[in-house]
Amino acid sequence: MQFLRKLLDQQKPMFEKGGKLERLHPVFDAFETFLFVPNHTAPAKGAHIRDAVDMKRLMMTVIIAMLPCLVFGMWNVGHQHYLAIGKEADMIQKLIIGLWATLPIIIVSYVVGLTIEFYFAVRKGHSVNEGFLVSGMLIPLILPPTIPLWQVALATAFAVLIGKEVFGGTGMNVLNVAMTARAFLYFAYPAQMAGSSIWIYLGGEKTVDGYSGATALGIAAETSANLPKGTEIGGAVEAAFAKSWTPELFTEWNLFWGAIPGSIGETSTLMCLIGALILIATGVGSWKIIVSAFVGTYLTGLLLNALAVNAFMAMPAHYHILMGGVAFGIVFMATDPVTASHTETGKWIYGFLIGLMTVLIRVFNPAYPEGIMLAVLLMNVFAPLIDFYVVDANKNRRKKRMKYATV
Amino acid sequence: MPTFWDVKTALGLGIAVIFVLGITVPINFLVNEYFLKPGAMAWISPSLKTIDLSFLQFIVFISVIAAMVQLTEMAVEKFSPALYGALGIFLPLIAVNCSILGGALFMAGRPYNLAEATVYGIGSGIGWLLAIVALAAVREKMKYSDVPKPLRGLGITFILVGLMSFGFLSFMGFSI
Repeated sequence: MQFLRKLLDQQKPMFEKGGKLERLHPVFDAFETFLFVPNHTAPAKGAHIRDAVDMKRLMMTVIIAMLPCLVFGMWNVGHQHYLAIGKEADMIQKLIIGLWATLPIIIVSYVVGLTIEFYFAVRKGHSVNEGFLVSGMLIPLILPPTIPLWQVALATAFAVLIGKEVFGGTGMNVLNVAMTARAFLYFAYPAQMAGSSIWIYLGGEKTVDGYSGATALGIAAETSANLPKGTEIGGAVEAAFAKSWTPELFTEWNLFWGAIPGSIGETSTLMCLIGALILIATGVGSWKIIVSAFVGTYLTGLLLNALAVNAFMAMPAHYHILMGGVAFGIVFMATDPVTASHTETGKWIYGFLIGLMTVLIRVFNPAYPEGIMLAVLLMNVFAPLIDFYVVDANKNRRKKRMKYATV
Repeated sequence: MPTFWDVKTALGLGIAVIFVLGITVPINFLVNEYFLKPGAMAWISPSLKTIDLSFLQFIVFISVIAAMVQLTEMAVEKFSPALYGALGIFLPLIAVNCSILGGALFMAGRPYNLAEATVYGIGSGIGWLLAIVALAAVREKMKYSDVPKPLRGLGITFILVGLMSFGFLSFMGFSI
């Protein structure tokens, strides 16, 4: 620590006003405040919030909440790899394969995103914003492990430039940055973002007989679409899950625990819930959004059960929470404080509608097997509108109260 | 399109669009079905069977829309001054909005019957309302954004609409 402090203090004059590299001050400032809590104190005059937590500490909390998902995701990439090629492996070997497949994606996402952030900060003379620390980690976690690195770079650049910087940088974006990156890739390069051959990192090895890389959502949609007429629809999806290529791949416990094919960080509902606990305990994520979104997902699932006309609708509602990226999207994407509703009542509505739209897209839209991405983006668009009407209703209530008071 | 509308104005505009689309799409459907389609005029006399007036679609649709909006405006003004007060200024404005003509043209390209065409018109009106109201709300939020100078105004609005379409893509391909 002392060594780091000394190093920084030695370089400092060069970046101060009048120094040789004055223009690059934001870059230096970013590293200094990242490593050490800045010792600025609020002046005695005026109103200030006095708190040890600044935005960098806040963002680090989110990263810590994501770590379980990240580590589990790496293990799972290795686990799926060895499962597919039919070899035994211990935990360390699986983690090594996972690191080998995911680390390049994480590095590319950070390097590209931070380069753009630093460039804009230097150009505008602002301090570097902290937002990308989280987005840069979220982007790899919602991509399949086989994604080409140049696509990661392109999507990150698009999301940071068009999704965020043109609106004025961190805190001003309308859509969630990580989801923008994913949606961009999904619509620009569907071959690398959808289907059943992309979710498992094979590394050129031969797969075992009968292997299928389909996700749980893919199987559910396909079973429902191809069910022969006259077959009992209740339990058809569960039966298809039970017939997975390797035993017990899609049992409820395995779906919850997360050892299933999928994007790197999204598979484990359990790890997402641990992340949710960290976010809620530290007050960083809104518990209202998380709770209402899960409730929305479950209730919509129940409603479809009641109306069921095909196998997907008849699937038990709790499967919707266990499968795919719902848990990850709700915990880490929907709670993004910039793009979510800002009003407290609005958060309930916003979360609930995300859950509702996710299930509706999954079940009724054959073009998209997973709904959480588009549901979050759609509700990001409508969040300001929800806020507007919540504030408007509040104004009207107060106006009424005023009338009574004067009468 | 002016970019300074607030949410309330956008809502009024959206309702007017639903209203106009709900009226003009079925009327244009009838016009297309009985006059413009290839061989549509066979009901007048069998000798007209070979006539194809579909090249007139653009001009006929747009005049039907303009005429209908005028008529509606007069009727609304006479019978419901309150509604006229709410919709009045928007009606002539949206007669020239491309979404109205777009509604008629898309309808002509799809195999609808009269009832389906009416529902289609009203439905696309509701979609338009959702989009314009959300856009207005987002723009209100963006008042404090530090947008790069060359993009201020129309430029950032276009980028915003493009990004919003990511969300609206979730409705594409819905089938029940």
